[in-house]
Amino acid sequence: MDLYEHQARELFKEHGIVVPRAEVTDSPQRAREIARALGGRAVVKAQVKTGGRGKAGGVRLAADPAEAEEAARHILGMDIKGHTVGTVMLAEPCDIEREFYVSYVLDRASGGFLAIASAEGGTEIEEVAARRPEAVARIPVDPATGVHTATAVRIADAAGLPPQTVDTLVRLWKVLVREDALLVEVNPLVRTVEGRIVALDGKVTLDDNALFRQSRWGEERPTSDNPLEARAGAKGLNYVKLDGEVGVIGNGAGLVMSTLDVVAGCGARPANFLDIGGGASARVMADGLSVVLSDPDVKSVLVNVFGGITACDAVADGIVRALDEVRPTKPLVVRLDGNNAARGRALLDARAHPLVEQATTMDGAASRAARLATAASTAGCTGHAG
Amino acid sequence: MAIYLTQESKVLVQGMTGAEGMKHTRRMLAAGTDVVGGVNPRKAGRTVDFDDRAVPVFGSVREGIERTGADVTVVFVPPAFARAAVVEAADAGIGLAVVITEGIPVHDSVALTAHARTRGTRVIGPNCPGLITPGQSNAGIIPPDITKPGRVGLVSKSGTLTYQLMYELRDIGFSTCVGIGGDPVVGTSHIDCLTAFEEDPDTELIVLIGEIGGDAEERAAAHVRAHVTKPVVAYIAGFTAPEGRTMGHAGAIVSGSSGTARAKKEALEAAGVRVGSTPTETARHVLAVLDGAVGDGVVRGEAVREGAVRDGVVRDEAVRDGARA
Repeated sequence: MDLYEHQARELFKEHGIVVPRAEVTDSPQRAREIARALGGRAVVKAQVKTGGRGKAGGVRLAADPAEAEEAARHILGMDIKGHTVGTVMLAEPCDIEREFYVSYVLDRASGGFLAIASAEGGTEIEEVAARRPEAVARIPVDPATGVHTATAVRIADAAGLPPQTVDTLVRLWKVLVREDALLVEVNPLVRTVEGRIVALDGKVTLDDNALFRQSRWGEERPTSDNPLEARAGAKGLNYVKLDGEVGVIGNGAGLVMSTLDVVAGCGARPANFLDIGGGASARVMADGLSVVLSDPDVKSVLVNVFGGITACDAVADGIVRALDEVRPTKPLVVRLDGNNAARGRALLDARAHPLVEQATTMDGAASRAARLATAASTAGCTGHAG
Repeated sequence: MAIYLTQESKVLVQGMTGAEGMKHTRRMLAAGTDVVGGVNPRKAGRTVDFDDRAVPVFGSVREGIERTGADVTVVFVPPAFARAAVVEAADAGIGLAVVITEGIPVHDSVALTAHARTRGTRVIGPNCPGLITPGQSNAGIIPPDITKPGRVGLVSKSGTLTYQLMYELRDIGFSTCVGIGGDPVVGTSHIDCLTAFEEDPDTELIVLIGEIGGDAEERAAAHVRAHVTKPVVAYIAGFTAPEGRTMGHAGAIVSGSSGTARAKKEALEAAGVRVGSTPTETARHVLAVLDGAVGDGVVRGEAVREGAVRDGVVRDEAVRDGARA
């Protein structure tokens, strides 16, 4: 789960990292008052969980409270890369002498965390990293010892950061560990003309698997702004809405991803990813089918199950239940293999619903579902999509 | 022979007395696994009856090892306790810890894999289906009755894709199938398994299954190019996955331009690995290579597939059966 900048700022502040004075609001009038309290001048920043805010016009420097109100009015409601701006943060401006970059990030290759730091921070950091990789230090952190002063000194030296940043590097590691974060990033970390080290902007990604022991985020769990995803999420289903016309349901993330690809290879586009998981019950299958069938974009549905732990007769039972509950008007193609497949197929045969047909292979089932969805009689499968 | 797990393996189950642990211990025993004990400090000294076998419960992994000579543990404990369970097993000197538990915090996975490394314990998983050496032993939740012993080794991030490929190649059979898990941090990589299969005299061909996210497949491709002499056939899932969305597995996410299926496929093909566009086509590549049709295998695979899709389901099945026969 990504945090908003203002949430990251709060975490940094709690762990003793110096941050600018700031406040969040969704109201232009309130923005004027906040600017006045900050001393008149303020940086007005869109709060969205995506990069490139500045370039999109989502960050403005206001010279006085009236300008702050005007800037907030302009930025609130703005669309930045598909994210609608709901709140702005007003922060006290500071006079920057130098900008640095520091982060700790999960490194999948080594199975640990990396410290990444550069004396050339700011909005161009990605360009710096691409053009002159030697300007960006990448130092693995030993998970057994973490980052204490000695390690922080090593990171600062390697990146050419001034010794004053060592304290921030140690505190930032504490944020990562205590908050179960996968990424903590400060960009820029600045030295002001008065010589203070201040975290001007931050990004934090928390580990969804650890939310059970990070209770403060209990009510922050991301809910989708897509109604189908929200409904599936409320039923505990692993569902991602896509923009095609073949609804896809399967068991296991890998098999479902593969099914999407095979559908795409057959000239149709998948409408969704839905993994009913291992050992799914008839209820889970029926819930899943009812979500997929309620998607107006769906023209046909493909159910692809290889029963390992999952029993195919339970899946078939769920399909039969959903047929009675939802009364679909769209065709279903079902492929069942593995654990109890014969019993599952027999259940569907016995129900003999006119909109349900069975296929014996995954490729055959995908081809059939694609043909039903596209109406074009020529739908044929041709390897990898995209 | 096989890799990591044989009929000699003596298996402990941490979390055996929970619902999942009970269910799968029963299945493992039925598959011939030598399950020598469970571990639960609150139920130490009892035994649990599974059909015709009474399995003792030990108070600690160390006690289990001392009393039975166990060298493998399968971990079913809940996410909050998984780190402590693996650390305990590694400190007790277990050789292999198979972590089935899904939903372990990443910081715990980092810590438990790092700790295991210092103790010389191999971790498979977390969030994986485990591994099976058909006809010998099954450590985890892979269905044991899909296929038989044979000469194909398989390593996969995905459980159900493993089952699908085992099913497609059920008449060929497998030396060992390893589900390494789809979390961002896992104890055993594709490369570890490629190395082990390369050294295993019973493995003739290696199937590698990957998916979007990270660069494990690209690194595996570089390893194949430099160190693997046996034929490798691969399958990658997630070509249609949108950027920035987690597709089921915690690690299955395309971030910006990195972690895409296309990049993985291209890296593998550049290393001389055949990559199937569907699980079924991947199985056909395996059959073609094993039949000795290495030179024209790719072309033949294409031709078969083109023919197969023209009239759909029935023909597809016929072609596959023909290919297997």
